[in-house]
Formats: sequence, C-alpha cells, structure tokens
Amino acid sequence: MKVKLRARDVYKVFGETPQDALERLKRGESKEQILEETGQVVGVQEASFDVEEAHIFVVMGLSGSGKSTLVRMLNGLIKPTAGEILVDEDDIATCSPEQLRNIRREKIAMVFQHFALFPHKTIAENVAYGLKIKGMGAAERRKKALVALDQVGLAAWADNYPGELSGGMQQRVGLARGLATDPQILLMDEPFSALDPLIRREMQEELLGLQKKLHKTIVFITHDLNEALILGDRIAIMKDGRFVQVGTAQEIVANPADDYVSAFVADIDRGRVFTAGHVANEPETVQLSAGADEALRIMEEMNRNALYVLDGEKIAGVVTYQDLSTAARDNGDSGTALADVLIADYPTAARQVQLYELYGLASSGLPIAVIDDKRLVGVVEPEAVFAQLSGEEQLIETAGGTETRAAS
Amino acid sequence: MLSPSDLLLIPFDDWVNTLVRDFLVPNFRPFFRALQVPVTAVLNGFDTFFQFVPMLVTTAAFTLIAWYTVSRGLALFTVLALVFIDMIGLWPQTMTTLSMIVTSVLFCTILGIPIGILAAGSNRLWAVTRPILDIMQTIPSFVYLVPIVMLFGVGMVPGIIATIIFALPPIIRLTNLGIRNVRGDLIEAAEAFGSTRWQMLWEVQFPLAIRTIMAGLNQTLMLSLSMVVIAALIGAGGLGLTVYTGLGRLDVGGATAGGVGIVLLAIILDRITQALGEQNGVRPVSLRQTLASLFRLRRPIADEAKKTGP
Repeated sequence: MKVKLRARDVYKVFGETPQDALERLKRGESKEQILEETGQVVGVQEASFDVEEAHIFVVMGLSGSGKSTLVRMLNGLIKPTAGEILVDEDDIATCSPEQLRNIRREKIAMVFQHFALFPHKTIAENVAYGLKIKGMGAAERRKKALVALDQVGLAAWADNYPGELSGGMQQRVGLARGLATDPQILLMDEPFSALDPLIRREMQEELLGLQKKLHKTIVFITHDLNEALILGDRIAIMKDGRFVQVGTAQEIVANPADDYVSAFVADIDRGRVFTAGHVANEPETVQLSAGADEALRIMEEMNRNALYVLDGEKIAGVVTYQDLSTAARDNGDSGTALADVLIADYPTAARQVQLYELYGLASSGLPIAVIDDKRLVGVVEPEAVFAQLSGEEQLIETAGGTETRAAS
Repeated sequence: MLSPSDLLLIPFDDWVNTLVRDFLVPNFRPFFRALQVPVTAVLNGFDTFFQFVPMLVTTAAFTLIAWYTVSRGLALFTVLALVFIDMIGLWPQTMTTLSMIVTSVLFCTILGIPIGILAAGSNRLWAVTRPILDIMQTIPSFVYLVPIVMLFGVGMVPGIIATIIFALPPIIRLTNLGIRNVRGDLIEAAEAFGSTRWQMLWEVQFPLAIRTIMAGLNQTLMLSLSMVVIAALIGAGGLGLTVYTGLGRLDVGGATAGGVGIVLLAIILDRITQALGEQNGVRPVSLRQTLASLFRLRRPIADEAKKTGP
C-alpha cells in the first residue's frame, strides 16, 4: 500500500529561541524542565508516522497533548521547528508559500472542531469555498457543492445560513466543504467532539460509510479513545507531545505500551474493539457421513463440547458432546447417526461482526460458526467471547477444559 | 522654591516655530498644496451637485433612503427636518456642509480602512499607529488649525483637512478591531483551503468586520459634523459659518438656526449609517448586501413580517 503522508522526527517548540529548546530536548531534558528554565513550550516532539493511502490514522490524546498542533503542521497552518512532513513527494515544512497553497487547494482539506463555517455565506457558498478560491466558475462550483452536500444529506439546506442549522448539521456541512474540493487527504481536528453523544455516534458511522465509497486518506484527531478505536485503521496515542504507542485498535487494547495507555484502555468497551474473527479458532469439523464414535473422539481430543458437522463443503449443523454420548448410550455402540442429534439451528456470525453483537448468540451455549461466503472459516467458543471481554485470553483454555471434563 | 525652570528654560515654542515657519513652510508648501488638489476636486464635485439638484429632489432621495434603510418614522422626520431647514432659509448652507462632510468621510474611509486593515495584520504597525491616533483624538483642534493655515492657507479645503485629522481615528480603530475580532478558526479554515491574503481579506475578514467598520464610519461622520463650526474659523463655509458669524455678531437667532440645522442633519445621517451597520441583526451583512440595501426598493423588515404573517 502506498504511503500518502509521512512525518519524520517532527518537532514543534513555541517560544523565542526554539532551536535552543530543540537541543535541550535532544539532550533528553523533559518538557517541564524546558518550560521552567527557558519559558518555551514544547508542542510536539519526535513525531514520526506514515499514513497509508485510503487509511484512517487516528491521533488520540488529552487536551494539551499536542495533537491539534500536530494536525496543523500537516497542512502548514503551523510551521514545524524541525523535521519533515511529506505529502507524496512534497515537504510541507520547507516548500514555498505558493507550493503550500497549491497543496492546500488540491490535496489537503480540513474539518474543524467548532465547524468554522463562514457565517456570512450560505451553506452552498461555504461548501464551494475551496472551489471558489481555486478560481472555479460560479455555476460549476455550485453544482459540485450540491453534489458534496448531497453526500451528507443536506442538499435541501443549500441556501440557508449556518446559523440556522444544528451542530450536527453544521459539522456535516464542514465535512461536505472538506470533500467538495475532492482532496486526497482529509484532516479532521476533533470534528465530533462538540456534538451530542448520539449525534457523534451517527456521524462516526456516516464517516465510515463515506470512507467506504471515497477512500480518502484521513488523519483524525480525537480525545475519545472509543472514537479512535471505532474509526482508526491505525491509532497513535499522544502524551506530552510524544507518541506513546502506535498500532491497530486491537494491538493497543490487547498490549498497552505503558501504564498511561492501560489506564485509558481499562475504560473502553472491548466488545466494540474485537470482532468474531479475533476470537475464532480454526474450525475442527466432522463429515456428516462419519459415525458418532469419530465425532466423540475428536471432541475429546480437542477438549470441546460441541462440533460442527459438514455435508461436503456445506455446514449441516452442530452436535454437542452431551447429546451424542446420551444417544450413543441409548442406542448402543454402532447405531447412532450424526443426523439424529444434529442441531440445524446453529448460531452464525460474519468475521467482522463485533463481539458485543455476539453476546446473545454466545448465551445459547453452542459454539458460533464464523461464516465467510457461506463457508465455515472459524468457530467462536462462547467462553472465548467473555474471556476476551475480561481481557485475559489465557482463561479460554482452562475454562474450555474444565467444562469438557464436566460434560464427560 | 527652586524649580527646574530656574536652571533651564526650554524654548519649545521657538523650536516649533522654527520647524513650521522656517523648515516646513518654505520647503514643503508646494507638497501640501498638491495634497489639496484631490480634496478640492471632490469637494467641488459634491458641492456643485448638491447645489444643483433641486431641494425637493434631494429631500425625496433622503426620505426614500431613510425609509428603506431605517423606518417610516425616520422618513417622516427627514421630510419635516429638511423642509424646516429650507423654510428657515439655510438650504444652500446645509448643502455646503453636507458636501464638506461627505468629502471628509470619503477621504477618511479611503485612508482609514486600508490603514486599519494593515494595522490589524501587524502588531508592530499597530503599536506605532495607536499613539498617533491617541494624539489625534486628544489634541485640541485649535492647536493644529494654525499650522494648517500656514501650510494650506485658508478656505474650505483646509477646513476639510482639519476635519479629516479630527475624524479619522475612529474608522482606523474600528477597522483594526473588526478585522482582529474575526474568529481565529475562520481564518484557519480560509487558510487551510489555500486562500491568498487578498482572498482571505475579501472573502472572510472584511465581510465579517463590516458591522464594526460601519460603526467606525458612523463615528467618523459624527465627528466630522462636530468639526463644521471649528472649520469655519479657518474659512470653511456652510452651516458652521452661519453659527460662527452669529457668534461674532452676538446674533443668537442666527447661531441657533445654524445649530439646529447641524443637529437635524446629524440625526438623519446618524440614523441612516447606524442602520446600514446593523441590518438583519441575526447575521453579519456582506459588503455587497450593505450596498445593495441602499438601492433596494423593499424594506427588509417589512419583508420578514410578510413571511411570518398569515
């Protein structure tokens, strides 16, 4: 995958003599020490990251962590003290003002926390602003603005003024304004933080929906780890101007780099981070034509209390150890066919389904079939769902083991 | 008691005399004379125009403007006030005063808005501009009448130049304030989309500052009006001269008539310019809308009422 945006050792120091502070930083002095001794504020230090094309890179940090400074350096609103920021081949930190202006016009758009809509312009004029700046004619830019507004479902409001819209609608306009110039990169500075929780959730889903169609490279800033986990293909956690961990949602939740990250992770809803695919085991199956003995033997070997039965490639159903052993005892050793005890009404889920959606299915006690294109690709043991939620994966084995023994 | 003046008496007045009489006047008089040319041209243009247009036409025009921009009440007031001025025999003087004021406000705008915009963009320039504006506003106008007479001579135009010095500060201050008060995130947004400085100014800063700038314009206009009598001291005509003559002859009637004329004119111009700045209170108006509203033949307020009506 192509890297669209690359930052290398980016530093930002606010103050009179930033080079001095930079040297102190490189000698290993802390942010607080520099502030006390020189009065200079370290905004961002040693930030390096790559954002791949069509990915969402989320930078998560609390206020004062330097995340807003970082995103403003990506389109040159703030000039870095040191380091390079490459958009394709151009270095934002050193390019000429004209070049920077062209990059802003053609490649990078921004969405702001407090929407930053121009109150004296109509919604359509706001959305068309980037196009007008580029010198596009009035008729054409209105047409494009309406297309962008249509994407966020606000075409009917084109001729109203921002003051007449609710917060959520205003941010949709902000998003449409960002999309109208068809940029490759979208910078989003806490775009949903000023919205009500319900609207925020709605907007997150809308953004993900749009991203599926538009494939923009997005840098998304937030102070909400849950939001970061929902949206981010990759997530960077920032503290005191520094990245403390960069990784996927699952990497961060499963292996927090330090106590700071663990403290955040402790509060998050793991059910929304992990998917069925993450907790699924390799499917162990038996053919429908095989006998009860064969099925019982596999289950005993695998320490499982249920087993999926295939009819060729197709899933026929699931048998439990208990049903099968009872039937075998009643019918005598040879007479039991798997078809007699087959449960055809088995729980299924797609690989990308989130764990919290599996709670109901898991409560049936049967393992959940993970289906991809009608084929069985994995099996989720009910215990595994809850073990992942509690954050202790090693529980899975012991729990599974005990129960199997109890059943036999 | 010993005081510092016993030790050293600074001949400050002599210094100023030398500076103005022996340096500025002989060396720069042609320069100051040249400065008068555009002011003279504009003033003559306005004066000829207002004196030429019949009283009834001017009254009708002002009434319509008052009606469309403010209210029917002000329109009625305008008719009565202008008719009264004409009936007390001061119409020509009023028109002269009006052209003087329009000229000085025009030059204040041409100078003040760009200076204000530049000052808003640079803290250093503002640090220099600010004390100068303070001096311009606090120094008694009589003080600079003398050098003005020495450099520019006497007459209407020197009077207007004195008026410009007196009336310029508010429009610079409020332009600076208006531009500086534009929300930072709007500036960032405009910049993030690749605006040039000019596009930023024209598309975002100026339209959002226009209300504050109009308030500055209103103050400049009011200050110009308050200078008309003082300007008459150095040869300017109009209502100011009427008052000044009345003062000289202890003609209380004449002075009062001139004063009433100034007040009536002030009320009309004040209300109209205030309304231009405050139109559609909900959101700031763009420059285009402000100008358009001058010529629009519907009242925006009446329009709103129709929409919300049955």
